[in-house]
Amino acid sequence: MNHDHGQAATAPVGKHGPTAAEDFLKGIWRENPVLVQLLGLCPTLAVTNTLGNSLGMAVATVFVLCCSSVLVSSARKLIPNEVRITGYILIIATFVTIADMMLEALVPVIHEALGAFIALIVVNCIILGRQEAFSAKHGVWRSFLDALGMGLGFTIMLVIMGGVRELLGSGTLLGYSVFGPRFEPWVIMVLPPGGFLTLAGVLLVMGWHRERKAAARPDLAPRTVGAPTTTEPALEPAGV
Amino acid sequence: MGDLLWIFASSMLVNNFTLVLFLGLCAFLGVTNKIATALRLGLANLFVLVITAASVSFLNRFVLDSAPFLRTIAFIVVIASLVQIVEMMIKKLSPALFRELGIYLPLITTNCAILGLAIFQTNREYGFVQGQVFALGSGAGLILALVLMASVREKMQFASVPAVAKGTALSLIIAGSLSLAFMGFAGLGSGG
Repeated sequence: MNHDHGQAATAPVGKHGPTAAEDFLKGIWRENPVLVQLLGLCPTLAVTNTLGNSLGMAVATVFVLCCSSVLVSSARKLIPNEVRITGYILIIATFVTIADMMLEALVPVIHEALGAFIALIVVNCIILGRQEAFSAKHGVWRSFLDALGMGLGFTIMLVIMGGVRELLGSGTLLGYSVFGPRFEPWVIMVLPPGGFLTLAGVLLVMGWHRERKAAARPDLAPRTVGAPTTTEPALEPAGV
Repeated sequence: MGDLLWIFASSMLVNNFTLVLFLGLCAFLGVTNKIATALRLGLANLFVLVITAASVSFLNRFVLDSAPFLRTIAFIVVIASLVQIVEMMIKKLSPALFRELGIYLPLITTNCAILGLAIFQTNREYGFVQGQVFALGSGAGLILALVLMASVREKMQFASVPAVAKGTALSLIIAGSLSLAFMGFAGLGSGG
């Protein structure tokens, strides 16, 4: 869990190591929690059968991640080292309970659809991983930026997964029909195997992209920050 | 009795924790290189699941009745302490297994399968006996999934795979096919 931070320090940006902007941006692409670190796979696969569910899960996770990071980093000198993991988990569980109640009150439909997976945000490795790897060692503002960046990276992945699976699996996006009534939905995409295959497809495209890049410019580390390249190859799983 | 049998079959096959509900994927993708290790991790998980189910039914009965909003926090604290105990026991009883499981042993705490079991058990209002059967079924399902995955991956080492697909992408494709096979159980129970 700690090695990812070392990568951030060696990245070719600025003269004084990672800047605040770099803290924010690295989570979106270069250290994307799902694509690169392969954390938080359970929600990525389990609740992405529609775009709406993905968005609900993403918003809840970003909320919990940001709040926990802020609280952990502001209390980092008070938490004894021996019980820090337990402390982090308790903080996370508190915010998950808050998110659970808020979702139930504001968007009961999505709360119903996500079911047990809201409570399961507690064991999302991304959140605990960021506390251990970043918030425990950095100030409040930097930790918040880091959490927001990681949360956005997670959101982008969930939206890609949810979009592809809903589009192919039911021919709709956010409930609106895209292909018209004559489209025969690929039911498998909204079923569990579709989740595995879609993520495999996205990872394949990533691997292919990285390999091509390495072949073209072997001396240059991937430095593009931002998501535009991830949106169009995501449709690739059609061929899987 | 038929009811209990159904809970067992449903949690093991129809709603397999790993392949249908996506719980416990970290260990599923991380430790399934050798059948023997996968089997032992599965057994450790089964053990934690069973004692978790017992503590959860106790908690639900005597503590959380008056404070349902503390559910998530209470569950995670209980699970964390149980895993700690199991970790110490394994370290004492079988140091070899302890080394082999490595980081994945403490990570059972953040294994969604354990917390998932606690939450499902509460939502479905299972009693003590039903909870135990549910835990046994889920654990058996977990072992089944881990061992199946490990056996496929052991064979896969001798296959020639394009460099792009090596690693996680390949594991996910295998998992997808296994999951597809488990969809076949979905009809179970609806006919009878």
